This record gives sequence, structure tokens and C-alpha cells, in this order.
Amino acid sequence: MSANETTLATAGIGETGPASAAVALRSDIFEMTAVAENAVLRPKETGRWPHPLRAALAARIAALNGVGDLAVRYALEAGDFAGLANPASNGAAEGLGPVLAFMDKVAVETRNVVATDISALQDTGVADADIVRLSELNAFLAYQIRVVAGLRLMTEGKP
Amino acid sequence: MSAVVRKFTRSVPEWRPRVVPVKLEEASEAQLDALSVTPSGTKVSDYVLTLAHDVESLKVRSPLFNAIMYDKGGMSRAEREIGAIGASMVNHCIYCAAVHAARHAQLENSPEITDRLFLDGSAAKLPDRDRAIFEFAVALSEAPPEAGPERMQALREAGLDEAEILDLILSTALFGWANRLMHVLGDPVRSDGGEA
Repeated sequence: MSANETTLATAGIGETGPASAAVALRSDIFEMTAVAENAVLRPKETGRWPHPLRAALAARIAALNGVGDLAVRYALEAGDFAGLANPASNGAAEGLGPVLAFMDKVAVETRNVVATDISALQDTGVADADIVRLSELNAFLAYQIRVVAGLRLMTEGKP
Repeated sequence: MSAVVRKFTRSVPEWRPRVVPVKLEEASEAQLDALSVTPSGTKVSDYVLTLAHDVESLKVRSPLFNAIMYDKGGMSRAEREIGAIGASMVNHCIYCAAVHAARHAQLENSPEITDRLFLDGSAAKLPDRDRAIFEFAVALSEAPPEAGPERMQALREAGLDEAEILDLILSTALFGWANRLMHVLGDPVRSDGGEA
């Protein structure tokens, strides 16, 4: 999947049609959004989180937010980790229970995140750099999901 | 001693990381390169040094942030700040809310709107256009997003054109991102004592 097409393609935005003129005015922002997607989903320096696991986490966050088609797109890249894309899986079998609990909370209960959510990860041996990497992935998905949701509202009911 | 700030305020607190930031003197070449593209001036903040743990993300984030919040055309800067504030209130990011409420008050030469928002939240009495913008931002920021056709219709009825609506979506969504770094990776604190 090309990052260039994820956000606009998932939102159903083409070169013509509703919202396309407004999107064209901000084309640089959508290009940078694609670069950011690559930076969190497919970075050169992965730390503890390989690309397929990142894709599974992205798919899981999209699913938790009710954006099923974005979840499907990311799940295609999830390889052996595809099972984790299902929010019903708890990651225990893969030794990723605390990581999934953290990611789910940051994604959908952001306001309730507290210092002990970070220390719980540190206590299981997750390095600070890898905690930042998880947070960046989660944070980018929060952005992309809302851009997609907003664009869909702009085009809804328009020919 | 410093106390964690728990209430919304326009007085910008300090930010205390929950992880150990990259030490500037130990930073790799890639980290130094990424740090140079942040709008940080001479002193590099603990926040930016924390994000330097993930250089590829840090490097792309600052130009994107600046484009969404400051590029010309479309929605006014003050109204983009309302998008940022709406997201930050939903996610309870005290630090982001403070920075962007202060910026809104400065741009508008008035603290009135943000006073009302921090005092009364979603029940705040606002001019119709600001109300439509704030309510859309709040709804889009919920997880899952709760913005529906009626909120979009309210924006159009309040006079927003398509370019302004897109800018609102982008600024609100951007703070879904920023809040999940600032609120998750650190605490807003005041060193002058007392729980704020």
C-alpha cells in the first residue's frame, strides 16, 4: 500500500468531486501526512516494533475507532501479527498484553492516561525510546482517523 | 517541589516528562538533524528531546504542524486554535489547552471566549460561529469520533466555506495527535507549589 493514497483513498476523495478543491489547496499537508504515515508505520529504525506489528496496532486502533476500512487496509500489512488487529485479542500469547492495553487506552481513553500507565510499560522492560515510538504511532493514527472521518462528513450526501 | 496541574488554565505550565528525554550531548547525528527542524530556538525543550527518541516522526511532525496551524488562506488562525482547544479539552491535555487558549486570547485580543470555555465547557455561551466550530471539534475528537451530518450542517449554516471546514478538520485532528504525545508522555506541572 502506498502511503500517498491511504488517507484520501480511505476517505473517498478523488481529483474531482466534493471536497477535492479544498483538499487541492492543502495538497502539501496531505503529502506531509503521507510522509508521516511512513515514519510511524514503516520507519527505517523500528526499535522493538517491526513493521508488521506496527500495521497490526494501526489496524487495531482504526477498528477501535470504528473505521473498519482503514483497519482492513492496515491489516493487510500485519503479517504474522494480524490476529492482534482484532480488538478482542489481548496479546497475551504474543507477550504483548501490556503493550496492547497501553495502546488501547491511549487510543480511546486518552483523557484517563496517567503516569502509572507509562511506568507499567517500563516495569515490563519496554525502553523509553520504544514507549515514545508506540505513542507516536498511536498519535498519528488519531490524526489520520479524524481526517478521514471529517472528509467523509464533507462529502456525505454530495454527488 | 512541583505540583501537577489538573484544571484548565491559560497560564502555560511546565511540562515534566514521564520518560527520560534524549540528552543533547549524547544525541546521534540523526537526532541532532531532527532537532534542528523544530521551531525551538536556542534551548531545546524536554518535550522535543523526548520526541527525539523517534527521530523519523519528529522530523516530519514539525513542518506538518506549522502548515496546518499557520499556512495562509482558509480558516483564520484564531478559529484553528478553537479546533486545537476543543480536542485538548476532550483529551484533557492541560498543557496543549493552555498554550492554545493563550494563543487564541492573544490573536483575538480578548480572553473572553477561552474564559467561557474553561469555566463552562460544552455549556459555554459562545457566538454562533464559534459554537459550531467548538462543538464540531469536540465531537470529532471523541473516540470513536462522534461528529455527524448535523454538526457538518451547523458549520455550513454558521457560514464556513469548504476550505475553512477542511482547516478545522485538520487542526482538530492534529491535536488528536499532539494530545496523545503531550498528555501521555508527561505531566503539566507548576514549580511554585500548590495543586492548581
